[in-house]
Amino acid sequence: MTTLDSTVDYDVLIPNNVALASDARVRRGLERWHPGYIDWWMDMGPDGFQTSDVYLRTAVRVESKGADKWAVFDYVKMPDYRWGILLAPEDPDRKIPFGRHRGEPAWQEVPGEYRAMLRRLIVIQGDTEPASVEQQRFLGKTAPSLYDMRNLFQVNVEEGRHLWAMVYLLQKYFGRDGREEAGELLRRRSGSEDAPRMLGAFNEETPDWLSFFLFTFFTDRDGRMQLESLAQSGFDPLSRTCRFMLTEEAFHMFVGETGVTRIVQRTCEAMTAAGMDDPTDVEAVRALGVIDLPTIQKKVNLHYSLTLDLFGSELSTNSANFFNAGLKGRFREHRLEDDHRLHEATYGIPEPSNGGWSVALHPALNALNARLRDDFTDDCNLGVGRWNKTIRESGVDFEITLPHVAFHRQIGVYRDLHATPEGDLVSEDDWNRRRHEWLPDDADRAFIESLMKPEFRPGHYASWIAEPRIRINHKPGDFEWVKLAEA
Amino acid sequence: MSSPIDFRTHPDRYRHWRLKIEPPLAFLTLEVDEQAGLQPGYQLKQNSYDLGVDFELYDATQRLRFEHPQVHAVVLRSDRERIFCAGANIGMLGASSHQLKVNFCKFTNETRLAIEDACRHSGQRYLCAVRGTAAGGGYELALACDRILLADDGSSAVSLPEVPLLGVLPGTGGLTRLLDKRRVRRDRVDLLCTLEEGIKGRRAVEWNLVDELLPRSSFDEDAAARALELAAGSDRPADAGGVVWPQIAPELESDSLAYSTLRIDFDRELGAARLTVLGPTEPPAGRASEALARDDVFWPLILARELDDALLHLRLNETRIGQLVIQSRGNFEAVAAFDALLHRERRHWLVREVLLFWKRVLKRLDLTARSVFTLIEPGSCFAGFLFELALAADRSYMFEGEAEDGGPAPQVALGELNFGAFPTPNGLSRIETRFLGRKEEIEQLRSLAGSPLEAEEADAAGLVTEILDDLDWEDEVRIALEERASFSPDALTALEANLRFPGPETMESRIFGRLSAWQNWIFQRPNAVGEEGALRPRFDRERI
Repeated sequence: MTTLDSTVDYDVLIPNNVALASDARVRRGLERWHPGYIDWWMDMGPDGFQTSDVYLRTAVRVESKGADKWAVFDYVKMPDYRWGILLAPEDPDRKIPFGRHRGEPAWQEVPGEYRAMLRRLIVIQGDTEPASVEQQRFLGKTAPSLYDMRNLFQVNVEEGRHLWAMVYLLQKYFGRDGREEAGELLRRRSGSEDAPRMLGAFNEETPDWLSFFLFTFFTDRDGRMQLESLAQSGFDPLSRTCRFMLTEEAFHMFVGETGVTRIVQRTCEAMTAAGMDDPTDVEAVRALGVIDLPTIQKKVNLHYSLTLDLFGSELSTNSANFFNAGLKGRFREHRLEDDHRLHEATYGIPEPSNGGWSVALHPALNALNARLRDDFTDDCNLGVGRWNKTIRESGVDFEITLPHVAFHRQIGVYRDLHATPEGDLVSEDDWNRRRHEWLPDDADRAFIESLMKPEFRPGHYASWIAEPRIRINHKPGDFEWVKLAEA
Repeated sequence: MSSPIDFRTHPDRYRHWRLKIEPPLAFLTLEVDEQAGLQPGYQLKQNSYDLGVDFELYDATQRLRFEHPQVHAVVLRSDRERIFCAGANIGMLGASSHQLKVNFCKFTNETRLAIEDACRHSGQRYLCAVRGTAAGGGYELALACDRILLADDGSSAVSLPEVPLLGVLPGTGGLTRLLDKRRVRRDRVDLLCTLEEGIKGRRAVEWNLVDELLPRSSFDEDAAARALELAAGSDRPADAGGVVWPQIAPELESDSLAYSTLRIDFDRELGAARLTVLGPTEPPAGRASEALARDDVFWPLILARELDDALLHLRLNETRIGQLVIQSRGNFEAVAAFDALLHRERRHWLVREVLLFWKRVLKRLDLTARSVFTLIEPGSCFAGFLFELALAADRSYMFEGEAEDGGPAPQVALGELNFGAFPTPNGLSRIETRFLGRKEEIEQLRSLAGSPLEAEEADAAGLVTEILDDLDWEDEVRIALEERASFSPDALTALEANLRFPGPETMESRIFGRLSAWQNWIFQRPNAVGEEGALRPRFDRERI
């Protein structure tokens, strides 16, 4: 019961694989935090579906062993979901993989000198987890299918669990300040005037399902990149926590990518059936009850650029300090072949020159945010490529592209520029005049909103989204993913 | 040599602050232009500041006092959502010479003390509305205000992260103001100063780090309402006109600097600057308050502005000039008449501002790391408030007897203003500082107020260092200056700073004393200088 294992102790209030039973101090702290969390979930979690039975995945161990899968599927009422503390298994020989302490044994306790930095990293990461639940709380009511509704709720409960993961670290390793920060994570609210979430994109609305899919595709992918770099951390409990979170996060990317694919597929199918071949004839395509591809492109432009801002300034001494200290590494640090210290290395960042763009070299340590952002873009392009494959195969002539990194940025070195999605620099007036060509305007939003009609019949899908090719846990097409509670 | 630092500015040219006047309030909003650092090589990210940002703040505080009598409270705030002010820019500090760092910190604190002076003596109260994080110097700026309001949003905080983050001190008044002004317990200050991200919310109020928490949704309105409460107690007029604050534009030559009431001649070989105050030729006509309201040529005000400007220029742009030799030329009776007028009308808000300004300029002189000698020669006019320039000097020499050309023997005179209107940073007048603890002598001196004194009388009264007749004057003065020039500048700076502020300590004297002793020391240590340095935490582990 008290040994560290890959199985999870579910016979307690807070399921865990960290021997919480024998750690009275942290258990007390978490048990005290628990009612506040449940209050938060009831107030800010999915609105209107708290008593419905949802076919959810719950982690039961932190890695699959043969036939024993890491998670089980069953109907659960969301407030009864077993949120818990799950860390990837410990490797007793793990070494700090980068920075000035490279090669020293990984820290099992917080090094005093990095306490503040570590806490800041964890608080910022933790603040994003509940934020997206808050942003998505009304989406259930307009779900295009029970299947999509279930996926939304799966994402939501897992974001809730990720909050638990960060709160555990705060309570276990950061004393009273950590407990206070854990409380603050429940106090800040997405979009709140009085106590907003810490990062900009997490205070934006997620008003419709296209936004939700793009959010999970882009913004959750930023979360994944951040978790990947924290999974490299020399502070072992953080590394282990993030490694397990990544297991769950993969599903969120899947929801986003396949969601957009199904929308694009449905649009192309409808156009083909109607004998249309001009994807830019927006009005005609919309008349078919599907979302036209140019509008999807505009939404891509919006979500991609908002998400790029989450990486922070391209040049950042903070991220250099985090790396140097061994707290936050690069994407897949363990697969990179260099000295993992970066004192001499440089990294190129595009900057405007003579009306075009050239690459300026900067110390690699200062450019870590830019590097992670570039890794993110590469990763996004794989998914975008699959959307385009769907379009191509349908015979429609259209390609979705990611805008230039300088487009529509509020943070970082491009902040004061006015770049088009192609990367042309224009005047502020020109940019504002053409803004509606690149970003959704009120009419676009109104159109998308007009499509957001609930489809709650098992096996049915809204007009604007295709049925999934692969379903969760190989369930049949008419499976009742959510058993709606009687009103 | 780098180009001279230009510290003169105007609200129309501000790059970093926005000044909005809405009587009885004014709003000073910090919106630092990242790209507009005073020197190349760093960006002013996160509303951090450099000397250029502080020049604008100083300009604004001066104009608020003189140009805007109807402003009774000032709200300091920031236009950034997440950061109020990140304090002094680290890139700038890393790239600055020791000299520039020291003068930067000094000037910054002089401006903060001027804000406190306005709160206490001018009926112009300052309130700091902190939304986002006020870190380091950003919080120190807030501490200079009468009231600090903090957004209660779970992330706005006040912090002094210098020790954990940079290995330096929150030494530009931060520590001293927390202890002496806000009476925060010293162990709590110790905790605060080791918490990189600072303290927010309820605990910040409990510890008296801030005065009040305000909800973010009504932050600006609530802050304005609190400022109106502060403004209600002001004794400044509601409908008077202010003084126009014209640009000061001295004629700068390679070896001289000519203002309208002041002339500076440089002897670069000797490393000395001769400052000659050009006194009035005529006594004032009519009332001081009327003269001030009428135009901008009220002599004492112009002199204060020009001497203030000159001292900043000398500190920042003439670092190899180690001695200031102060002289004056003008109508002695006219200056005495100005002095009497200022004293008579001292309660008028505008005359009060002139006197307070003269007090601050004299303090700036006290805090200038240059040897100051005052020469009282035939044709000079050191009466009353102008005689403070002799009392502020490290030494004063007075010419005894008639001039060679037969001109009358020079005189000096005390006035009532010398007995309390112009305290030094230790809280005492320069007379009390000079005759420390000798009440009877001071009383006797007071009885001399208004009487012109020739050299022998001034010497007997202890008001000058030495008196010299025409036989000795030229040689003795020359030798004194040449001897001074031969000493170690560092030793002289330390000697003078030790001798200028005897007697009691005040918050102000402690701020500057500790800035000099501790912050400037740390600025020389391994983690603040050298290739490895530039404020990176690499320490010499030996405790000293």
